[in-house]
Amino acid sequence: MYNFEFEKPDTIADAVAALGGEEAQALGGGQTLIPTMKQRLASPATLVSLTGISEMQGICTGDDGSLCIGGATTHGAVAAGAGVYPALADLASHIGDPAVRNRGTIGGSLANNDPSACYPAAALASGAVIKTNTREIAADDYFQGMFDTALNEGEIITEVRFPVPEAANYQKFVQPASRFALVGVFVAKYADGVRVAITGASEGGVFRWTEAEAALSANFAVSALDGLSLPGDGMIGDLHGSGDYRAHLCAVMTKRAVNAAG
Amino acid sequence: MAQVKMTVNGKAASGEVEGRTLLSSFLRDSLFLTGTHVGCDTSQCGACVVHVDGVAVKSCTMLAAEAEGAEVSTIEGQAAPDGTLNTIQQAFQDHHGLQCGFCTPGMVMTTAALLKDNPKPSEQEIREHLEGNICRCTGYHNIIKAILAASGQDVSALAAE
Ligand SMILES: Cc1cc2nc3c(=O)[nH]c(=O)nc-3n(C[C@H](O)[C@H](O)[C@H](O)COP(=O)(O)OP(=O)(O)OC[C@H]3O[C@@H](n4cnc5c(N)ncnc54)[C@H](O)[C@@H]3O)c2cc1C
Ligand code: FES
Ligand code: FES
Repeated sequence: MYNFEFEKPDTIADAVAALGGEEAQALGGGQTLIPTMKQRLASPATLVSLTGISEMQGICTGDDGSLCIGGATTHGAVAAGAGVYPALADLASHIGDPAVRNRGTIGGSLANNDPSACYPAAALASGAVIKTNTREIAADDYFQGMFDTALNEGEIITEVRFPVPEAANYQKFVQPASRFALVGVFVAKYADGVRVAITGASEGGVFRWTEAEAALSANFAVSALDGLSLPGDGMIGDLHGSGDYRAHLCAVMTKRAVNAAG
Repeated sequence: MAQVKMTVNGKAASGEVEGRTLLSSFLRDSLFLTGTHVGCDTSQCGACVVHVDGVAVKSCTMLAAEAEGAEVSTIEGQAAPDGTLNTIQQAFQDHHGLQCGFCTPGMVMTTAALLKDNPKPSEQEIREHLEGNICRCTGYHNIIKAILAASGQDVSALAAE
């Protein structure tokens, strides 16, 4: 790892100012960025830690009943504290392993937008709002392809707001070596319809399966998915599974999620 | 270079670090606490697990500077000052929960974190909690046994397998 200057501001304003410097980068829990820097795939001149900013920590319920999670809140804290949205707490409690969950943060996960990460599926299926130091971004506009998001240079995720659904479930088919999702499906049922978001599968990163959403909005039952499938084209094919295999898993995991959501 | 200060196993510790100095390097190379092992250096194996402010972290994937002001505990702080092993360490010895011992510091620290939150974990809960700790020797079976024993539970059901 190349050396860098380390800064640990106490406020969002100071972090934004520090990130304005030449080749400065935000550091969340470091569970992705530190390994990336060890491989010299990133070599910022300054790392600005977000872990000391108390206004980016913690979980609360907003005036509209939505669940608000500070951008630097760890997966472990979400697992323990997001009880009003059990499917989300459950997702957080199965990211990586306990030590990874004690450092890794929701903001880091969403900023990184790994095509196999878990939180992007929850944010997209919930129609979450990603709040940054400058604006609010709807999840539908936020995810822009593998490792690509609507964030600008130096922009930080300060909070993520999840509308709490009537019923929801996340089903993760674990890739056992990495512990990421080989395919993960998040299903969320709201008064105005059902949303289905799939991670791990597409070369375009997390996506909504709109055909399944329409069928489930009409009838929230496993049988509503009978006959629905996704094409293997555009799906990730690697040594762990072909595109066709992942496409097949998408339908299987969606059924399991609907079944478990009840 | 910058100065970091933290409490390690109850004692004040400080030293000069670069931005990139990992907590694992600081513990091993500056404080000479070489019980914290570095197996993979890629956050996969868990040999480097220590506690920072009461929670388990992989010290190879945390900067030393991030531990400024923190309470850190490592494997060196587990036994009593006269060398008497703590319950978890003794159970690992009694149940042959180690062979080469390389993974053991991480296993013991991960177990200590588990038992703090969940004093009587089931076999399944133990296996899930150890997901980030890899052992190349034991086949895990005796590690699970040791943890059941350390939490005061019956190990005879496992012993037959
Ligand atoms: C062994 C292992 C297993 C894992 N398993 C899973 C898994 O099953 N599922 C899963 O989803 N993930 C998994 N992860 C990834 C983990 O969830 C990471 O914690 C997460 O992807 C990155 O979060 P971080 O806080 O560590 O971010 P960092 O590594 O600190 O940063 C990642 C990127 O986000 C940027 N960033 C960080 N915080 C912010 C912010 N608030 N605003 C804007 N940009 C920011 C950084 O600049 C960097 O580009 C695993 C990681 C490991 C090491
Ligand atoms: S050395 Fe830290 S996880 Fe392997
Ligand atoms: S005892 Fe050898 S690696 Fe676990």
